[in-house]
Amino acid sequence: MDIVEVPVSQDDNGKKRKNKMPKKKKKKEESVSAEGAETKQEEKMEKGESAAAFPPTFSVSEIKNKQRRHVMFMKLKQEKRQQKMQLKKKKKKEREALGDKAPPKEVPKTIENQRVYDETTVDPDDEEVAFDEGTDEFSAYFNGLTNPKVLITTSDRPRGRTVRFCEQLATVIPNAHVYYRRGLALKRVIPQCVARNFTYLIVINEDRKVPNGLVLCHLPDGPTAHFKVSSVRLRKEMKRRGKDPTEHFPEVILNNFSTRLGHSIGRLLAALFPQEPQFVGRQVATFHNQRDFIFFRFHRYIFKNEKKVGIQELGPRFTLKLRSLQKGTFDSKFGEYEWVLKRHEMDACRRKFQL
Amino acid sequence: MQHDDVIWDIIGNQQFCSFKVKTKSQSFCRNEYNITGLCNRSSCPLANSQYATIREEKGQCFLYMKVIERAAFPSRMWEKVKLSKNYEKALEQIDENLIYWPRFLRHKCKQRFTKITQYLIRMRKLVLKRQRKLVPLSRKVERREKRKEEKALIAAQLDNAIEKELLERLKQGTYGDIYNFPIHAFDRALEQQDEESEEEEEDEEEEDDEDVGKREFVAEEEVEESDLSDFEDMNKLRTSSDEEEQDEEEDESSEEEELVEDEEDEQEMEVETKAKSKSKGKSPANGSAARKKRAYVEIEYEQETEPASKSRAT
Repeated sequence: MDIVEVPVSQDDNGKKRKNKMPKKKKKKEESVSAEGAETKQEEKMEKGESAAAFPPTFSVSEIKNKQRRHVMFMKLKQEKRQQKMQLKKKKKKEREALGDKAPPKEVPKTIENQRVYDETTVDPDDEEVAFDEGTDEFSAYFNGLTNPKVLITTSDRPRGRTVRFCEQLATVIPNAHVYYRRGLALKRVIPQCVARNFTYLIVINEDRKVPNGLVLCHLPDGPTAHFKVSSVRLRKEMKRRGKDPTEHFPEVILNNFSTRLGHSIGRLLAALFPQEPQFVGRQVATFHNQRDFIFFRFHRYIFKNEKKVGIQELGPRFTLKLRSLQKGTFDSKFGEYEWVLKRHEMDACRRKFQL
Repeated sequence: MQHDDVIWDIIGNQQFCSFKVKTKSQSFCRNEYNITGLCNRSSCPLANSQYATIREEKGQCFLYMKVIERAAFPSRMWEKVKLSKNYEKALEQIDENLIYWPRFLRHKCKQRFTKITQYLIRMRKLVLKRQRKLVPLSRKVERREKRKEEKALIAAQLDNAIEKELLERLKQGTYGDIYNFPIHAFDRALEQQDEESEEEEEDEEEEDDEDVGKREFVAEEEVEESDLSDFEDMNKLRTSSDEEEQDEEEDESSEEEELVEDEEDEQEMEVETKAKSKSKGKSPANGSAARKKRAYVEIEYEQETEPASKSRAT
């Protein structure tokens, strides 16, 4: 009964209570004794505040009044924060006191740390991999025999954003040409491209006026990779961007492609750009793989001194996620798929990545 | 008995027909046996006891006929005739089957048959062309992927990674001689010298006994720093604020010439470190750096060195 009465009777004084509570709290913390009519309330307050002292027999969420509940919750949080800070300070002191003998700092667990070991991870001096890479479809490129020539096109009837994206991509990739699709079948397009010595075919798929897919096809029957494209930022949406990219061949940075699959995708992406980058242009195209997302960025860099470099982003940016890798050229029906994203198997574990 | 007029009176005009679809200007008939699709006195299959239609099943056309004699047997009411795949032959078949039938029905049957064959042809053509495959997106999955991507972006720390990679490449010398940061080359050279000096120290300790008693004539010279001849290029790069770096470079290059000689590298290192530690603060440009106070170190030369030509950089 008392428990019911107290909030009702003191609802009028709710606001006043709130103001008085901080002061009362201090008093109560000192004196644990219960007093007359406000016993229950104070006990509750006590219990709520000194959660460290008593095991909490009630939780903050049982207070019906929203304002009071909020205040109590804030106090609880503050207390917890204070305790945490004290703990940290103590630990720091201990660490300093020990000096050299202190145990090494604990490294926090990240997803990258906890990554499930993939047995297809490439060892830097793996001979088999080296041999494979020496004889695969890109060996001609990496030996300097062929120069990349890229054809960029879209799906049917592209809308403004996709068209602009294609144009910007064409400025970023040297020796790239944009052609309109006009309803042609890819199977017919491919032999024409091969006849005109193109090495790469990029098809940007569009959905609801926004590019959302990319098919990258290495031409003289090379592998075909199908990516999902997301977060496309065109040049004018970039903050603090530089001038337009020049015609110089950019450098290429490929980060974190560690498994066999990653290696092949890395080579696929690297072969888009000419082998000899022109350092005069100071442009760099980056494909950074993190947790199976490949981030593409295009920067201009300048070395301020030997320890510092400044980079300025030009050019579009987008992220890719590999959906499938096919052995031959693009053939959706009869193609031989080397790798397909199977969501139920591969996305089940948060720490398992394919690239 | 089949009273067509009565039936039409009821369903066509006054009362309800469940197959009728009314629009503002016209009414349609949804009955599957209707030949024209419109709701008319002559096209209604319910209000005509003698009726014929063409219907298509899986690419095959059939002629359906209804006569008043079979009106009492609903399960046998429609007579189904398979038409040939050849267009002309099928037309002849229609003519043959509907030989004494009203002109209207014959004409409409042929019209309908023509239309059906045409759309079948178009279907077959379209199958050969590109098919658009619709892939359903699962909203949950998309949301999850979006969040994963954001987290991956944060974890990637792209700018740092790119900068690190570029600096690595600079260190490894992939850029060749484009950038005038000689420090790297000298760092490496010095490291090598360090290793050699460690070896030399050991050798010298052994040789010390041999040198005792030998006489050498030595020139006594102050350490002179070369002035800035190599640093015009540095000034061109936007390093106006990096005078500290300039100082370091000057120090380095002053050591440059001394490196060429065979000297005791230990002392050199000492000079260097002292110089470096002293040139931390910003110093007024160029000339005064040469006059900075340094620890005076005697250095033995086997050959006389000439101080570098004093050319003031602008």
